[in-house]
Amino acid sequence: MFLINCPWCGQREQAEFSCHGQAHIVRPKNPNDLSDEQWGDYVFFRDNPKGIHYERWVHVHGCRRWFNAVRNTVTDELLVTYKPSESAPELEN
Amino acid sequence: MADAFQPVKYSPLSELPLPAGGIELSERHDIGKVNVRGNPEDAAFTVAVEKVLGVELPLVSNTTTSTEEYTVFWLGPNEWLIHCGENKQTDLTVALQESLQGQHVAITDVSDYYLVIRITGAKAREILSKGTPFDVHTSVFKQGDCAQTCFGHATILLHCVDENSVYDLQVRWSFAEYIWTYLVDGALEYK
Repeated sequence: MFLINCPWCGQREQAEFSCHGQAHIVRPKNPNDLSDEQWGDYVFFRDNPKGIHYERWVHVHGCRRWFNAVRNTVTDELLVTYKPSESAPELEN
Repeated sequence: MADAFQPVKYSPLSELPLPAGGIELSERHDIGKVNVRGNPEDAAFTVAVEKVLGVELPLVSNTTTSTEEYTVFWLGPNEWLIHCGENKQTDLTVALQESLQGQHVAITDVSDYYLVIRITGAKAREILSKGTPFDVHTSVFKQGDCAQTCFGHATILLHCVDENSVYDLQVRWSFAEYIWTYLVDGALEYK
């Protein structure tokens, strides 16, 4: 069992969840002013850190709400989960 | 003139085998289902819903509230499901729409989208555990609790009607045959 703490439902099994990549990506406010390269960076390019990674998860078989999680990509530990309305906790490797 | 189209009520479970032992399965035909979404921090919303239902919305996750007429399930921080009597869903939907007029809410009749299977019997918990990663032990999952989780590959809403082995399992109707046969298969060893 790999338990994940849903900010609304509490601890549930990983099978109920789905991960959707890097969190806290902000859509540019001025897409028309961006070069193709800048827009390409926003749409396609993601961080691939060794260690702390901020991710978006959804409790797809549960309350169907999105939330954010901080995961250590080396140990695969989910360190913190928090609601989208909450700010990202500062964690260091 | 051609005859007017008459809808036919059909259950995907009507011709399926029954479990060999340990549990009994039955489909609950006596339920209408209405989904309600709104902001629970807005007192106007909670009061208006309570006025129609005669009971408060459950604001604690994975719990239910109920009256003789209704069972209200917590589905999310701004979403609930109401089980009402058979064919009462239209009246309930209209009553809620009137009571919540002008508010930013969604009221949806989902009666024909879901189907409820009642599972009873001494082995109900054991057989549920074969399909769901959710902890159905009586120390965690108590009478009146509900949980959305998965069973096999299907998303379900589980309701503990009685800790002494009475559970209602709500599932999308297209997954119902899969769940039913999974449960029947799980009961084989208790023949």
